[in-house]
Amino acid sequence: MNHLGFELEKIKIGSFDFTCCEGCQLQLANRESHLPDFLALLDIRNFREISSERLDDYDIALVEGSITRSDEIRRLKSIREKAKVLVAFGTCACFGGVNALKNKFPQEETIRTVYKDKLVETMPAAKISDFVTVDYSIPGCPVSKKEVEEVVVGLVTRSLVTLPKYPVCVECKQRLNTCLFDLGEVCLGPISRAGCDAVCPSGKTVCLGCRGPAEGVNYDSFTELVKEKGLSTEEMNEKLAFYNGFTDYLNHEG
Amino acid sequence: MIYKVISKPEFRAFVDALVRANTSYGPRQVDTDRNGDPIYQFMPVSSADEIAFDYTVTTSSAKHLLMPFRGELSRFNFSDGDWKQQVDYETQPIVLIGLRPCDISAINILDEVMLKGPYPSPYYLARRKNTFIIGMDHLPLPDCFCKSMNRHTVNHGFSLFCSDIGDRYYLSINSAKAFSCLKEFRIDDPTDEDNCRLIERRKLIKHSFETNIEVSGLPVFLDIEFDSPIWQKWGDKCLSCGSCAMVCPTCYCYSVEEQFDLDLKGSRRESHLYSCNLVDFAQVAGGHNFRPRSGDRLKYRYYHHYRGFAANDNQQICVGCNRCGRTCLANINPKDVINDLRLERESCLTCVSTSPDKA
Repeated sequence: MNHLGFELEKIKIGSFDFTCCEGCQLQLANRESHLPDFLALLDIRNFREISSERLDDYDIALVEGSITRSDEIRRLKSIREKAKVLVAFGTCACFGGVNALKNKFPQEETIRTVYKDKLVETMPAAKISDFVTVDYSIPGCPVSKKEVEEVVVGLVTRSLVTLPKYPVCVECKQRLNTCLFDLGEVCLGPISRAGCDAVCPSGKTVCLGCRGPAEGVNYDSFTELVKEKGLSTEEMNEKLAFYNGFTDYLNHEG
Repeated sequence: MIYKVISKPEFRAFVDALVRANTSYGPRQVDTDRNGDPIYQFMPVSSADEIAFDYTVTTSSAKHLLMPFRGELSRFNFSDGDWKQQVDYETQPIVLIGLRPCDISAINILDEVMLKGPYPSPYYLARRKNTFIIGMDHLPLPDCFCKSMNRHTVNHGFSLFCSDIGDRYYLSINSAKAFSCLKEFRIDDPTDEDNCRLIERRKLIKHSFETNIEVSGLPVFLDIEFDSPIWQKWGDKCLSCGSCAMVCPTCYCYSVEEQFDLDLKGSRRESHLYSCNLVDFAQVAGGHNFRPRSGDRLKYRYYHHYRGFAANDNQQICVGCNRCGRTCLANINPKDVINDLRLERESCLTCVSTSPDKA
């Protein structure tokens, strides 16, 4: 590939899943009309959902899922050693995701509920940056394929890769949506990172912050407004805990 | 300007014919809020039946129909190690129905900014020249303060303006196109009674304002209050969510972003409407942020609206629609912020009101 005199190379990529639904990896195969161009940028070395070939020489590792077992830590670390760039891919990898909901309950209880008497090793669900250095994060439940395409193009062309720093409200207002607070709901849009094109509020479903906090979030004012509007702070805290993206805030509040 | 009157059913027939033949936008009810009140937006309309002629106010302004939230500025095509730029200004004509005097004033202000400067925007010009605007007056909402900004009436910037005088509309016709469209319908010259009713209507509107903001001398006031603690107080409330700028009819700041096509054979440059309240508005290459504090960002938004343009262009760019105030989840609104500033200064004047010490 040649671009304006620069030789561009396909990126050698591996896609790996840990504790997750593999929905984010599946997103890689979405936007079918873009697939030929998208795949032309990639040299896929390891991706069990689309190929049985397993090669260990990859430059970029997309890591999906949270970490819930000790063997996962070892596997994650070995991926980190091989990859030049490691991408936390999806909400579970970035924050722990819905898996982290179990962290609120005693471990024995969660095992018994799901596996009955079978002995299963498990530990509190954690984000991958608790164990390895993460170079890029693509949050989202699931990730937005459009954003993945932009990141891949950025990596191939070695141009700047960024996520929006502002909250979902910007995109929500641009879609002329009715503010869900006006309908009496607690929506995390004002404190959650944009880039999803406000897909949930556009479908009249509140934002649960799957992309984590926006930058420079004003938690105090947000909590205040929930109270002032007579809405439930309990409900707010439940929503903040949903994807485990707001742990700094929740820990701070106790 | 030509003045005519038209019966309400005939006006409806006129609008119906117009919107059936053109891409049109008008106020539509899109929701009902938690108190049971209707929520309106300027939305696509294809018949008069879809238009809420008796609407109160739209949550968002009509700005994005002239300055899209995201608009393509140019395309680049790469070939043989070189590139070609393509710029396309072409746009489809549109009809905007039901704009209030403040909304039309806002467009007049955007005209000043986008067209009268040293670098007029061809993108804006193409849209503006292809926009047919029907204005309609209304009784102010309790929180409207356009009268304070002197934007409760408007005498240019529209194709046609309708004043509600009971069973008829009093039409101010400001374009040949509007006049020729109306010729197909039954319009009459205003009678003395119609003229009286128009005057009465205007008086009623003028006297119905419940919210007033003292803006005289505000630019100087803002200069004096540059370091006021008030800005941090309101900044502490601000969510930096940019909602105010999105719904504002005159906030026009935008960022420019470039993105490769996925096949790497081309790229595009887009404008994205932005907000000076967003955390990285003043962040520059290398990462330095000139305004990391939300209070500073909020301050500069107020300065842009109430000071900068007043000093440079003899007008403030706020039109007093209070859309920002209604949309702000943190209850920040121009009335309270400006009154707070004035109050602080007044109490300060009290404390120094004794004659200066001559010692």
